[in-house]
Amino acid sequence: MKKKSKFARYSMQDKVLLILGFVLLGLFVVAIIVPMIYIIVASFIDPVTLQNNGITFDFSKWTLTAYERVLSNKQIWVGFKNAVVYSVVFTVVSVLVTMLAAYPMSRADFRGRKFFNVLFVITMFFGGGLIPTYLLISKMNLLNSMWAVILPGAFSVWNMIIARTYYQGIPGELREAADVDGANELVFFFKILLPVCTPIIATLALWQFVGMWNSYFDAMIYLDDAAKQPLQLVLRSILIQNQPEQGMISDMQSTAARAQLAELLKYATIIISSLPLLVMYPFFQKYFDNGIMAGSVKG
Amino acid sequence: MSTSTKTKDAGFHNSLIYVRQHWRLYVFFLLPALALTIIFKYIPMGGILIAFEKYNPIRGILGSEVVGFRHFRRFLSSPDFLSYLANTLKLSVYGMLWGFPVPILLAFLLNRINRVGVKKKIQLVLYMPNFISVIVLCGIVRILLSVTGPVNLLFGSQINFMTMPEAFRSIYIASGIWQGAGWGSIIYTAALSNASKELKEAAVIDGANIFQQIKAVEWPAIKSTVIIQFIMQAGNIMSIGFEKAYALQTDLNLKSSEIIATYVYKKGLIDGDYSFSTAVGLFNTVINVILLLAVNKIVAKMNDGQGL
Repeated sequence: MKKKSKFARYSMQDKVLLILGFVLLGLFVVAIIVPMIYIIVASFIDPVTLQNNGITFDFSKWTLTAYERVLSNKQIWVGFKNAVVYSVVFTVVSVLVTMLAAYPMSRADFRGRKFFNVLFVITMFFGGGLIPTYLLISKMNLLNSMWAVILPGAFSVWNMIIARTYYQGIPGELREAADVDGANELVFFFKILLPVCTPIIATLALWQFVGMWNSYFDAMIYLDDAAKQPLQLVLRSILIQNQPEQGMISDMQSTAARAQLAELLKYATIIISSLPLLVMYPFFQKYFDNGIMAGSVKG
Repeated sequence: MSTSTKTKDAGFHNSLIYVRQHWRLYVFFLLPALALTIIFKYIPMGGILIAFEKYNPIRGILGSEVVGFRHFRRFLSSPDFLSYLANTLKLSVYGMLWGFPVPILLAFLLNRINRVGVKKKIQLVLYMPNFISVIVLCGIVRILLSVTGPVNLLFGSQINFMTMPEAFRSIYIASGIWQGAGWGSIIYTAALSNASKELKEAAVIDGANIFQQIKAVEWPAIKSTVIIQFIMQAGNIMSIGFEKAYALQTDLNLKSSEIIATYVYKKGLIDGDYSFSTAVGLFNTVINVILLLAVNKIVAKMNDGQGL
């Protein structure tokens, strides 16, 4: 007996509806891929050809010059290095502080739980705003220090709630066993609890890392010093402000050639700067699917 | 002495014993988060005072001259006020109207794909734009839409989209959907996967069509998630992000691209008008809180008394 395919079971009307839906989905997927492929291909094309004729598959017009110029620029590497340092430090601090705080907040017997909860949740909706925070940072002598972009956002109440929900889903026997052994809370937390929390840790770490890697606002207002700037600020001057880094285009003779080259450099810059995350993220996919599910159980 | 004071004393005594026994919970677990919250969230709230002062950096927050609501009046009576408020509201309300349903639709469609391999591959593509930074996204948009860019090359036109105030919102919203809809669908996909398989099978056997299946099985599975997401987004209408609006701004599209967040930044950190900027920011936050409470109330009413 041949099993009927699932699709065949739908009625005529439903089939039309489904096909329509899948066409829409397909169009959305194409709309995501096409610009990306365009940027990739365009990044290899000779700047004059690109401006006059768009992309071409005549490989004699292809060149690696944009990549050579971007990769040989010092500021890009400084930006990369800073972005890695800030993102890693931010992720470690943030996940540790958040996971730690979520633990007492997950315990029903914790005295003061309601009070602290209100204290934290208020900050999700109300805050001092840009200038008061800026004045505080400058009073603390944190301008041009990496801690200015790391500390203010390190504790995320939202992530704490997600971690708390996750803890609450872990069987209570785990702690009872530890209590019998006379282990204190710290030992229990690091030796027993954290090891069973890898999915949520991976999820939060990924969110925080990507968030820090991709943001630019805090760095823009707190870090003036070129040597301190993370990648996104370097990208901003190239992509948004049309100001390529020093030496990237200055050897070109005419203004027109400089403008064309500056345009081409944008493509290569986009590829080089986006590649690390785009290559890494599929390896984490299984974590964020699970993590979101874990966190969304009780909202 | 009444009995209630006695039990209160007893409760306080019990708390003391608890804290003494579990001091590690307070010192090692809670303190770091508490310290960060107080320093970086609550102390700046005190700094809001400067919105009611003529702030003088030398005299400090407590020593500056108090001017009451002068900055608020100045902002509310300036001709730009309505324009910035409208820009902010339009950008986020339209963004939400267009953007909110897309992830839900994507999740429904993904849920109908039976081949796990195909579904995973599509998801991989859908999530990808989320990992592109705001700057790179805006860089791509600027490249694609530039006068010599591929869109103009394709249509043989020479339109400079980035300088058109009337194009700004469409660009902002469309690129937002492009980047965020796939990622936003994860939470609904997760909720849908909790929908009972048996219930769905039963609905199919009963001859329910897709709409009936959605109504009976899938919608109930994601309803609470949809409501939470809706409240969260509606409540954040005034706190629409600075980063993207600023990165898509050009001198010529300011008429529709200047929102309160970018205005606060320019007034405060570029012009150095600290007090005025803080007042504008506070105005924004207060409206946001009111909106959040209102939306929560309305949704609670529609949802049999269940809000957030």
